[in-house]
Amino acid sequence: MVDAATRKTLSNIPLLKTKAGPRDKDLWPSRLKEEYQSLIQYVNNNKESDNDWFRLESNKDGTRWFGKCWHVHELLKYEFEIEFDIPVTYPQTAPEIAIPELDGKTAKMYRGGKICLTDHFKPLWAKNVPKFGIGHAMALGLGPWLAVEIPDLISKGLVLYKEKEENGASK
Amino acid sequence: MATVDELKERIAQLEVELAKEREKTGGNVAGARKKIDQMSSEVVDSNPYSRLMALKRMGIVDNYERIRDFTVAVVGVGGVGSVTAEMLTRCGIGKLLLFDYDKVELANMNRLFFQPYQAGMSKVQAAEKTLRDINPDVQFETHNYNITTVDNFQHFMDRISHGNLKGDGSVDLVLSCVDNFEARMAINTACNELEQNWIESGVSENAVSGHIQLIKPGETACFACAPPLVVAENIDEKTLKREGVCAASLPTTMGVVAGLLVQNTLKYLLGFGSVTHYLGYSALQDFFPTMSMKPNPACDDSFCGKRQEEFQRKEALRPKTVEVVKEEEIVHESNDWGISLVDESSVDDLKTQPAPELASGLSYAYDKPDETTKDSDEVVADTDQSLDELMAQMKSL
Ligand SMILES: [Zn+2]
Repeated sequence: MVDAATRKTLSNIPLLKTKAGPRDKDLWPSRLKEEYQSLIQYVNNNKESDNDWFRLESNKDGTRWFGKCWHVHELLKYEFEIEFDIPVTYPQTAPEIAIPELDGKTAKMYRGGKICLTDHFKPLWAKNVPKFGIGHAMALGLGPWLAVEIPDLISKGLVLYKEKEENGASK
Repeated sequence: MATVDELKERIAQLEVELAKEREKTGGNVAGARKKIDQMSSEVVDSNPYSRLMALKRMGIVDNYERIRDFTVAVVGVGGVGSVTAEMLTRCGIGKLLLFDYDKVELANMNRLFFQPYQAGMSKVQAAEKTLRDINPDVQFETHNYNITTVDNFQHFMDRISHGNLKGDGSVDLVLSCVDNFEARMAINTACNELEQNWIESGVSENAVSGHIQLIKPGETACFACAPPLVVAENIDEKTLKREGVCAASLPTTMGVVAGLLVQNTLKYLLGFGSVTHYLGYSALQDFFPTMSMKPNPACDDSFCGKRQEEFQRKEALRPKTVEVVKEEEIVHESNDWGISLVDESSVDDLKTQPAPELASGLSYAYDKPDETTKDSDEVVADTDQSLDELMAQMKSL
């Protein structure tokens, strides 16, 4: 079982149905639609609860994703570009989310700026194939990583606040 | 200050010297050796194969020269893969295919093989250069890409199935020396589809345990048949600190695992000794659990199931040999993975706790599916919206 906070996070993200990866020509389009449906719902839920923290889009065949995520620290909003590929073994294996601009700034990253996930993430993902999708990888993988690492990077002066129009999120 | 003409003259002079030097060494860089057509067992100090060919004279290997007919693909040329490739190169393997998308970094210098001056070069390119100098008889094919993406994966499959010495068939063995679950699963997928035997290897993120596992699609458990196995390290979880870093690494553990991997590869290719199905290594205890694993009939990978059927059909057709001693198979009742395991650990290993399903000292990285989600949880509804509409909607949020 997972803790109450994780369950609450999960309740914001609709589960997926189709077990198909990008090499599965017939079923991948259905899976991709489910990914978008789930993500749209998740982002809307985040907005409603005043916790809007990322945007994503993909290439046409849904194999490459990119977007932005935000982290608020001491009332300042820090923005980062994110990207990842959908691996051929998806959804058996989760996508490896990367923040290339932070590559080399923290030991909690693998080459290319791929974030280092907790021991709990992979088992949790493996147990929930194919119900978990990109939204779940964001919520259970990237979310906790940002919460721990960004304040640390800010305190070390490795991440600096960039002056921007306050409405960065809606742009 | 030298004039341009003086410099030109000096260059010409040096070029003549270089040509002379090249003549001496048969076209290779200074110090490198010429190619050798036939492996000789003559014991002279100029024969790089004499000690290997002695294996034949001593009756360990029937026909060592066959090593030159074999092609091995090494996926991941890091701490384990680079040493693996070097060992195979020194053993005189026919051809090596190297796959990696990483560059050499100074942070890699706690490991074997790569040198500081190679920092910034792609790992496969740097490795090929060093290995060619060590043994010019080996053929090399290198691919600098990530095998887990859709575009590269097809090419990867193609090279595994057509990359042998003559270019008309599959490689003899694939060795997985990658450092992550995603890449292992990609290799597993490819090998199940291609009916390709392979050996998986790994070192734990805290650098004090490792393993090798021979996977013959349909015959032994594939990498997707069960959760990954963990070798007991006898570390108190409470004292294990993971804060601050992703992974540690030791040249010793990586060297040991590469050694076990290549030893098993040589035995597999040259047909001597017994080839281990699973061999674990716990550095803190000097403990080596070993066992065999049968495939899971309910494996997630559909090609694994297909290969299992084929294997069983083939087995049924094989003339039965009378078994002298009937070994009892251990099929534990609480084995939720549907895998039967045969404990091959030696008596010495029994001092650790007896595990019911796995060889002593081994456990799964995580247990069977739990109830993280509930039936009542929201699931995406059927939609009439097209993908384009959904993409547009997402963009407009
Ligand atoms: Zn399997």
